[in-house]
Amino acid sequence: MIELKGLTKVFDTGKARLTAVDHVDLTVPAGEIFGIIGYSGAGKSTLIRLLNGLEKPSEGSVEINGQNITAISGPKLRKARQKVSMIFQHFNLLWSRTVRENIEFPLEIAGVGKEERRKRSAELIELVGLEGRESAYPAQLSGGQKQRVGIARALANDPEVLLCDEATSALDPQTTDAILELLVDINKRLGLTIVLITHEMHVIRKICHRVAVMEGGRVVELGEVLHVFQHPKETITKRFVAQVTETEDSAETVRHLREQYPEGQLVKLIFVGDQAEQPILTQLIREYKVEVNIVHGNISHTQRGAYGTLILQLKGTADEISKALAFLGAHDVQTEVMGNA
Amino acid sequence: MLETLFPNVDWADMWEATLETIYMTAMSTFFTFVIGLVLGIVLFLTAPNQLWANKIVNWLTGAFVNIFRSIPFIILIILLIPFTKFLIGSIRGPNAALPALIIGAAPFYARMVLIALKEIDKGVIEAARSMGATTWTIIRKVLLPESKPALISGITVTAIALVGYTAMAGIIGAGGLGTLAFLDGFQRSREDVTLMATIAILVIVFIVQFIGDYLTRKADKR
Repeated sequence: MIELKGLTKVFDTGKARLTAVDHVDLTVPAGEIFGIIGYSGAGKSTLIRLLNGLEKPSEGSVEINGQNITAISGPKLRKARQKVSMIFQHFNLLWSRTVRENIEFPLEIAGVGKEERRKRSAELIELVGLEGRESAYPAQLSGGQKQRVGIARALANDPEVLLCDEATSALDPQTTDAILELLVDINKRLGLTIVLITHEMHVIRKICHRVAVMEGGRVVELGEVLHVFQHPKETITKRFVAQVTETEDSAETVRHLREQYPEGQLVKLIFVGDQAEQPILTQLIREYKVEVNIVHGNISHTQRGAYGTLILQLKGTADEISKALAFLGAHDVQTEVMGNA
Repeated sequence: MLETLFPNVDWADMWEATLETIYMTAMSTFFTFVIGLVLGIVLFLTAPNQLWANKIVNWLTGAFVNIFRSIPFIILIILLIPFTKFLIGSIRGPNAALPALIIGAAPFYARMVLIALKEIDKGVIEAARSMGATTWTIIRKVLLPESKPALISGITVTAIALVGYTAMAGIIGAGGLGTLAFLDGFQRSREDVTLMATIAILVIVFIVQFIGDYLTRKADKR
């Protein structure tokens, strides 16, 4: 669906040359929610603007649905842009237009007639849940509502791809969740391919299927979100993963837990995907003579399953404990003995 | 009462002069608006990193605007006498004042247009581009509506300056309240005529300001 080949963008400011995007190869299949994460300056903003031709690449190509975006210009590029729409961190709504008029703007550009525009904007207003606010001006809306207008506007011309440029970075956590849910809903309902850039790992965790980690203009790590969460390879990826899983790995925490729970054995369990949703612990407690005490837990839900860690204090005979661990191992739960008291 | 305060004022003349001033102000404001808007948009769009980025056009337009904005108006009128003669066929009367008024005020307004356009959030222009808008659509549907309050308040200031310019043009025979105050008032030492002409000008200025403020407020939905 989307194919980037050797994509490179060099900014030549006269004095200095800055390679913002450095030979990026990526393929995003239709219907996927693909996340690109990186700190500011990693080149992700430039990358996403290369996808709809707002920036011209220095090298390489962008192909969307078989059309080479980098090779076209003028009316052809403008036509293509109607199928690759974009939402923005700061919404970029026209303050001089009402909600309805903002949503109708891309339809005006596409030359849709007035009646059809009215009909379409009414549908979109309903889709994003803004009924009753049609005649409000952006200044009268909250951040979350503004982004809903942004999304409705982006969907007006039935795009195939939606590009999200830090779409939730200016929103509070609750609003962020609501907007992310809306994006997932749209992805499922309309089969839209979504490419989003962010610096927040929980955005990736919540809605992305696959993720690319960018640093210094390059994609340094790429994979299924769940897999990347389990086995982050690069330091930068580990830092991003730590944003959402945090605490349990640090030596400090382990020492602290040992002090707090001196008896029995501390075991760390790592659940991935389906097991995180099965009643494994219930079975463990029923079938083995061990006392189970949960001392720490953390589950992150991703689009393709959950990823969680649990630290248990197991009390019982050494024999029973090792049987219990074997049971867990048999159910594909990774276990790690954190040391005896 | 009026007769005792303004014994020398010929009210019919005063009214005619007021109408001439209004006529000159309205006409010159209209053309200044159109020409200034075009110049301002060209200045904005040909600047580096803009949609029509073009060094030469930007430099030429900038030079034109700066030069004509810098020439004192009274000198500009004299410089433009041959041009006015060619265009209007005369250098006397309200119409003869128009070329100088417009050429003097349009560059001034162009600067204001440029400032207004620079205030527009760049993201909004980017959003329009991302939707596949042509530059013409961006001008019509983004640049102009999004800068409307500043464009209106700018033309209000310019119109008020133009009222002043018409009075100055009056001294060299353009007609209107300037001529009346100078020939009838100053040269014949009839202070009451000068005073009444001043009051008429002030009333025009206040009315322009009031309308401008009202329209600016109404256009601003931020």
